[in-house]
Amino acid sequence: MNRNEPTALERFINGILPENPVYRQLLGMCPTLAVTNSMEPAMTMAVAVAFVLLSANIIVSLIRHLLKPHLRILVFTLTIATFVTIADRILQAYMWDMSKQLGPYVPLIIVNCIIICRCEVCASKQKLGPAIMDALGQSLGFALALASVATVREILGSGTWFGLPVMPAVWPDWVIMVLPPGAFLTLGVLIGLVNWLQNKKKQTA
Amino acid sequence: MNENTDKVKTAEKVEKPVINPSIQVTVSPHLSNTAFTTQKMMIDVLIALVPLLAVAIWVFKWHVVVQVGISVLSCLAFEALFTSWRLKKITLGDYSAAVTGVILGLSLPSSVPWYVAFIGSMAAIGLGKIAFGGLGYNIFNPAMVGRAFVLFAFPMALGAAAYQVAGGMEVLTQATPLTLAKQLGQSTPLWALLIGNTNGSLGETSAIACILGGIYLCIKRTASWEIPVSAIAALIVFAGIGNLTNTSAEWTVLHHLVGGAFLFGAFFIATDPVTSPLTPKGKVIFGIGFAAVVMLIRAFSGYPEGVMFAVLLMNAVTPLINKWTIPVPFGGPVPVRK
Repeated sequence: MNRNEPTALERFINGILPENPVYRQLLGMCPTLAVTNSMEPAMTMAVAVAFVLLSANIIVSLIRHLLKPHLRILVFTLTIATFVTIADRILQAYMWDMSKQLGPYVPLIIVNCIIICRCEVCASKQKLGPAIMDALGQSLGFALALASVATVREILGSGTWFGLPVMPAVWPDWVIMVLPPGAFLTLGVLIGLVNWLQNKKKQTA
Repeated sequence: MNENTDKVKTAEKVEKPVINPSIQVTVSPHLSNTAFTTQKMMIDVLIALVPLLAVAIWVFKWHVVVQVGISVLSCLAFEALFTSWRLKKITLGDYSAAVTGVILGLSLPSSVPWYVAFIGSMAAIGLGKIAFGGLGYNIFNPAMVGRAFVLFAFPMALGAAAYQVAGGMEVLTQATPLTLAKQLGQSTPLWALLIGNTNGSLGETSAIACILGGIYLCIKRTASWEIPVSAIAALIVFAGIGNLTNTSAEWTVLHHLVGGAFLFGAFFIATDPVTSPLTPKGKVIFGIGFAAVVMLIRAFSGYPEGVMFAVLLMNAVTPLINKWTIPVPFGGPVPVRK
C-alpha cells in the first residue's frame, strides 16, 4: 500500500496549516459559518467533529481491504452517521443547552465534507497510524480555523471571548458580526489574509 | 485624451509623407468629450449636494458638520489605506471617496454616535468598493453598503426609534414623517416635507433641495435623467394604486413622493453611473424597479423607508438588466459565434 503516501507525521502536520481543511481545502464551510458567532459553540463543534473524524478514520482504515469501490461512499456515510449519532446523544445528555444552541448543525456533521474527504483521501488507503494522525491533524486544523473566525466574531460582535469580557465597557457591539453576514464577511477576509500570507511565503521562498 | 493623440502621432510617423488631415479617421471608441472625467463628475455631484447640505445645516445645525465631517474624512483615510494595501496608486484626487463620504453622512440620523459614521465609512470603502477592485468595479453603491453595514451592526443607533431624541432641538423630538405615518397614521404637512423642516436622515428632509441638486446633475449629464424620471413616474403610479385602495388615507401620493429619502435616493444614489445600467432602456427598468421596491418596503415591511434596500437590490440585478437590454448595433444583431 505504500505508494509514496505521506507518513503519519506528515499527515499530522499537513492537517494543521499546509492543508488546513477550512482555509486551504475550503471544506466544512457550513459549520464554519453557522456556529462561529462565539467561541463556546465553535469549540464544542470542533470537539464533536474531532471525535467523529477520529472514530470514522479508525474504522475505515481497519476495514479498508473489505471496501468495494462502488459502495465505499455508502460505507463511509454509514460509519460517520453512527458516530455522529453518538456525539449528538452525548451532547443532549450532558450539555443540553449547548446542544439546543448548536441545533441541527450537530446532525449535519454527517454531511461535513471534511470527514468524508479524509476517509476517501487517507483512511481508505493508509494504515491505522497515518489515519489516526491524519484525523488528529485535520481536527486541530479545523479547530484552529473555527477559533480564528469565532474569535473575530465574538470580540467584535459581543465584546467577549469565551464569554469573558475582553473589550472596554464602552465597546459598541457590532451586532452584524453575530448575524450570518458577519460570518461571511469574516471568513472572506480571513481567507484573503491566509492567501496573502501564502503568496508572501511563496515569494520569499 | 493623451493616448489618442499619441496614436495619431505614431500613425503619422508611419504614413509618409505627412499630410495634415482635415478629417481624422481612427478606430472607435471615439471620445467626443475628453473633458468629461471622473473628477469633473464627482465635483458636479458635490456641487449638487450643496443645497442638501445647506438645508441639513439649517435644520440639524452642528450635527451635520460632525457626521458629514467624520464620514468624509474617514472615507478619504480608508480609501488611501486600503488602496495602498492593494499596492495601487492612491487616487483621492477623483473625489469619489469624498462623494461616498458626503452621501453616507447625509444618510445617517443626527443622533448616531461618532463611531457609526467611522465604521460605516470603513465598510463603504473596504467592503463596498476596494474589495471589488476599486472605483468602476464595485457592484453595489459603496455609501449604501456602508449604511447597510452600520444599520445591522448598530440597530439601536439607526432604527426608526433612534431618530427621535428627547431634549435638544425641537425638530428632533418628533418621529420622522414616515414613521409617524406608518405607526400612528399621522400625516405631515406637504410644505414641511418640501422645505425639509422635519426629522429624518440628515440629507433627506428637504424635497426642494433634492430636486434642485438633482436637476443640476441631470442638466450636467452627470446623472442620467432616465433613472429619476422613471422612478418618480413609477412611484406616482404605485402610490396611486395604494391610494385608490384606501382613499381616506391622509398620506397621499404627493406625501410618498416628497417624504422620506425617495428623492434623495432617486437623484443621488440610484444614479451612480458605476452601479446602474448602461442603456437608456435599462435605466428606465432600473428606475421602475427602484420605485417598486421602495413602495413595497414602505407599504408591507417593518421598516418605514426602503431606499437603501431598493438601491442595493437593484444594484444586484443591474448586470441582468444590462444583459437584457444590449442594444442592436447598426446593421443588425451580432451573429452568435459557435
